[in-house]
Amino acid sequence: MDEKTLEFLKEKAKIIRRHIIRMTGAAGSGHPGGSLSAADIITYLYFKELRVDPKNPAWPNRDRFILSKGHAAPVLYAVLAEKGFFPIEELIKLRKIDSPLQGHPDMKKVKGVEMSTGSLGTGFSTSIGMALAARMDNKDNRIFVMLGDGEIQEGQVWEAAMAAAHYKLDNLIAILDYNGLQIDGPVTDVMSPEPLPDKWRAFGWEVIEIDGHDFNSIERAIKTAKEIKGRPTMIIAKTIKGKGVSFMENQAGWHGSAPNQEQVEQALQELV
Amino acid sequence: MESMATRDAYGKALVELGKLNKNVVVLDADLSKSTKTEKFAKEFPDRFFNMGIAEQNLIGCAAGFATSGKIPFASSFAVFATGRAYDQIRNSIGYPHLNVKIAASHAGLTVGEDGGSHQMIEDIALMRAVPGMTVIVPADGEEAKQAIFAAAEYEGPVYIRLGRPKVPMIFDSNYKFIIGKAAVIKEGTDVSLMATGIMVSEALKAAQDLEKQGINACVVNISTIKPIDENTITQVARITGAVVTCEEHNIFGGLGSAVAEVLVENYPVPMERVGVKDTFGESGKPNQLLEKYGLTAKDIVIAAKKVISRK
Ligand SMILES: Cc1ncc(C[n+]2csc(CCOP(=O)(O)OP(=O)(O)O)c2C)c(N)n1
Ligand SMILES: [Mg+2]
Repeated sequence: MDEKTLEFLKEKAKIIRRHIIRMTGAAGSGHPGGSLSAADIITYLYFKELRVDPKNPAWPNRDRFILSKGHAAPVLYAVLAEKGFFPIEELIKLRKIDSPLQGHPDMKKVKGVEMSTGSLGTGFSTSIGMALAARMDNKDNRIFVMLGDGEIQEGQVWEAAMAAAHYKLDNLIAILDYNGLQIDGPVTDVMSPEPLPDKWRAFGWEVIEIDGHDFNSIERAIKTAKEIKGRPTMIIAKTIKGKGVSFMENQAGWHGSAPNQEQVEQALQELV
Repeated sequence: MESMATRDAYGKALVELGKLNKNVVVLDADLSKSTKTEKFAKEFPDRFFNMGIAEQNLIGCAAGFATSGKIPFASSFAVFATGRAYDQIRNSIGYPHLNVKIAASHAGLTVGEDGGSHQMIEDIALMRAVPGMTVIVPADGEEAKQAIFAAAEYEGPVYIRLGRPKVPMIFDSNYKFIIGKAAVIKEGTDVSLMATGIMVSEALKAAQDLEKQGINACVVNISTIKPIDENTITQVARITGAVVTCEEHNIFGGLGSAVAEVLVENYPVPMERVGVKDTFGESGKPNQLLEKYGLTAKDIVIAAKKVISRK
């Protein structure tokens, strides 16, 4: 990718991260850690890859992005607002009464949210239904879905993994936010899903391993995935939970707690 | 009397529906021979998806289809469709209010020999509790067929409870099923027998027996458990002053509970519940089970006399 695009994406991602901090700070709750780890990938998707139109959110031929790890709603909302699906000023209403920005994404309340998620594992299956439907209708759009590395402990994920390969869904691209942490600690301590590439390959998936904070790697992976025929692709994206905010990085404790005023300011100083 | 299993009616109706509406897709979880979706699968292989023995993914995929303008019918046994995948029904179908039809067969004790592990007697309670879910329990083949068409036309999540055994045909094509409408199928003044599913024909038998004993019973078919027909229930309660509910379901959370809610708020009258008395089923022939667990016309007659004595 050219220098200008790279700079644009880096700048966007920084803005997204600033939103995440401000939103969760204002809400006094929420999930900054897994939002920050996914920020670069989701920024890339919406600003470089996805065929979506904020003015026509229900356009039938649009690409879909499903955030199966729904607790990372802040990053999705921030990106959707920056993309123009709703006013940026709304972001500050995250988790507040009467706000469309629910703690977990609600497709009935927010334009651009493709599926209501929050119960881990569920979004992945819905993306398979969407991919099957798209193929039935001979559509050339793609379905992207992001999962957490703790989320894949859910049995439903492996039911879905089997089905996607069985139905040869090459219009489905999954991305694993491989940040190594879940609520109770390191994923490998809690309930190890390793060896990940082998598992996904054994389930019939194409596997690409990348650095999930490197836009060039993300771009190459998605380009490759789009060329794969006859099977779905899993992009295992190594990320850092809390990425971009020094005191949040690699700390399981920042999974589901919001920064206080002081921490918000400190974080924003780092994100310039 | 002619008879037909509601699951057979479902299988046939799906094929007709598939011909009329290209958006209908059917998903099953390795039970298509039992749920009768195999007929649709044969006719429309491109619109049938076997998801394997994976009910959570079955429900989730159905939700995905619905977001893409399809009308998915997802089928399995009632115990797995609603029990194994409750969270998926709640969060991927109920919460976003998606246009998915869950048509589950083998509900209730009449599963028979497979035993208690397979005899779902809590599904009405579970599905009724999901906000915005419509719950339909057809009484016979004709009603099942019409309910499938009505569900396909209706926009929103629907649970349709189907049975394994053949049941007597109560209705013919003159009957008109409407979602949310209960049907008085026999007028009466002494007691109301409000029944759902296979218990409707038992209630009719009970009404005949009561007639011989000089008791004039009204029989109401409540095939939509949710939204329930408050008007008809209240009206009939006013006329008869006593109600017996009859269901092949646990007495907690099903038809009896739903009717009690309506009566208590609108027109309290003495009421008795015929149903499974908070216990699991067991292996046996359907008729033996209905007898053992108190779900026959005889049991309804006893309950009717009891409730009349409480007037
Ligand atoms: C079915 C379900 N069980 C439990 C939870 C509670 N929960 C929310 S986030 C989370 C940990 C997720 O870890 P991971 O998938 O690694 O997410 P990330 O690190 O990307 O934030 C858990 C257990 C849930 N949302 N859904
Ligand atoms: Mg994680």
